[in-house]
Amino acid sequence: MSVPPAVSMFIAAFILLNAIVGVVTYITLLERKFAARMQSRIGPYYVGWPHGWLQPIADAVKLMIKEDIVPAPADRAVYNLAPLVFLVPCMLVFATIPFAPGLGVADLNIGVLFFLAVSALEIVGLFMGGWGSNNKYALLSAMRAVNQIISYDLPFIFAALVPVLLTGSMQMSAIVGAQHGLAGWFVLYPVIGQLAFVAYLIAALAAENRVPFDILEAESELIAGFRVEYSGMKFALIQLGEYAHMLGTSFLGALLFLGGWLGPGPAWLGPIWFLLKAVFVFLILTWVRWSFVRIRVDQILAISWKLLLPATVVLLLATGFVVAAGGGRGL
Amino acid sequence: MMARAAFLVIAGIAVAAALALVLRRNTVHGALFLVVNLGCVAALYLMLGAIFLAAAQIIVYAGAIMVLFVFAIMVLIPGKEETGPDPRRTWRLLAAPLGGALLLELILLVVGRTAAPAPTGAAPSDNVAAIGRLLFTDYLLPFELTSVLLLAAMVGVLLLARSREGSAEPQGAGPEASVRGSAKPQGSEPEASLR
Repeated sequence: MSVPPAVSMFIAAFILLNAIVGVVTYITLLERKFAARMQSRIGPYYVGWPHGWLQPIADAVKLMIKEDIVPAPADRAVYNLAPLVFLVPCMLVFATIPFAPGLGVADLNIGVLFFLAVSALEIVGLFMGGWGSNNKYALLSAMRAVNQIISYDLPFIFAALVPVLLTGSMQMSAIVGAQHGLAGWFVLYPVIGQLAFVAYLIAALAAENRVPFDILEAESELIAGFRVEYSGMKFALIQLGEYAHMLGTSFLGALLFLGGWLGPGPAWLGPIWFLLKAVFVFLILTWVRWSFVRIRVDQILAISWKLLLPATVVLLLATGFVVAAGGGRGL
Repeated sequence: MMARAAFLVIAGIAVAAALALVLRRNTVHGALFLVVNLGCVAALYLMLGAIFLAAAQIIVYAGAIMVLFVFAIMVLIPGKEETGPDPRRTWRLLAAPLGGALLLELILLVVGRTAAPAPTGAAPSDNVAAIGRLLFTDYLLPFELTSVLLLAAMVGVLLLARSREGSAEPQGAGPEASVRGSAKPQGSEPEASLR
């Protein structure tokens, strides 16, 4: 039985989407448990035995049956569309990630660029939410978000381009293919690899608005930032998008620097290795989140423009020299 | 057939979004329609098989410039709608003939063209390496000129921002700001030539 390519692609996308939603649901539990351990707590415990493993399901059901409130002065169309505009790019990011050789929706030859382009769209939804709510805290948060995301987009792209340069291709499967052997992982590439990985992690923290850089949802000043007016299902969609984006960034980090699906054991273990590596990156980000305090707006911008951006530009130049000295493989 | 239908749908959305962008009073809605329009243009690139160009379009326009545009709107316009008469009303007289001339040029170009341009090379247009090679060989001069232009714009923005900052301070208002302002363009020359 042969299936037309359009149908098989649709099925692949459907399966992937559901898998991602499942993983995202449980990554919230992982984060809560991890944070609890760091603070000598137990974390969610009572819903489901053992260790409250049904908690994410309970949260999801609770959010679904909550009342949906639209504030009277809100810009209705913008307000209602915002969660969708926010969620779609966050999910679309997974379209080009191959989870094993040939196991993915579309392994484009500009995969990395597609990832970066689509995740840049997320800010539009965020801004729509902040503006449409017609709430001063939400608007302040949207302003801060726009500020922060234009500042950290460039270092993020430059850091992600280092493995691309080393490989000589933007195709994600080619980047993984260039990292064969444990010493081949780009994070182990002398000097350049480690610096690029650190820069990637810092920029990823900022792009995901995680704690040292979470000025746009700073609870103590802005309540919950741009989503303060959202409730019920719309809030759930925004939350889902946020964690999906985080997971996508972790997957990209694992793919660019940690060798993707490569690992010991038979080939079918590939996706599991990949998932474990992505969770590892996610846990690094979570670790930072629960260890540091929030820094000020001007400090965030200064770090980006005065430190991270010049550093990543120099890093990219150095990578270019290394590649050129090595005979320019790929290109 | 499918391609033609898809093109019509996308082009229709693009034109509608462009019209809405111009006609809406609410500037933020207008900016959001601009995102829709730019996204449609990216979709048209995709239909031509230029995946790289489509991604670049999204990352540059729909992402970065959009963000800056929205930022400018929010900083410049206090309320949701414009208030008071436009202080540059007379400029509109100039806008009509200029816009008309541009439209005429476009129509002439479209009518004068007989067939679709034949593909110039064998290289597929979504090939990043091929685009890079073209940019650094055949199109090196336009590429470098564009980067110098962008650099000049960047220096100009810095200059504008600095002089405003200087005039905002009560003590260093007049001469200091102008000194700073005149000192900057000379500094921009060697920077531009460094590229």
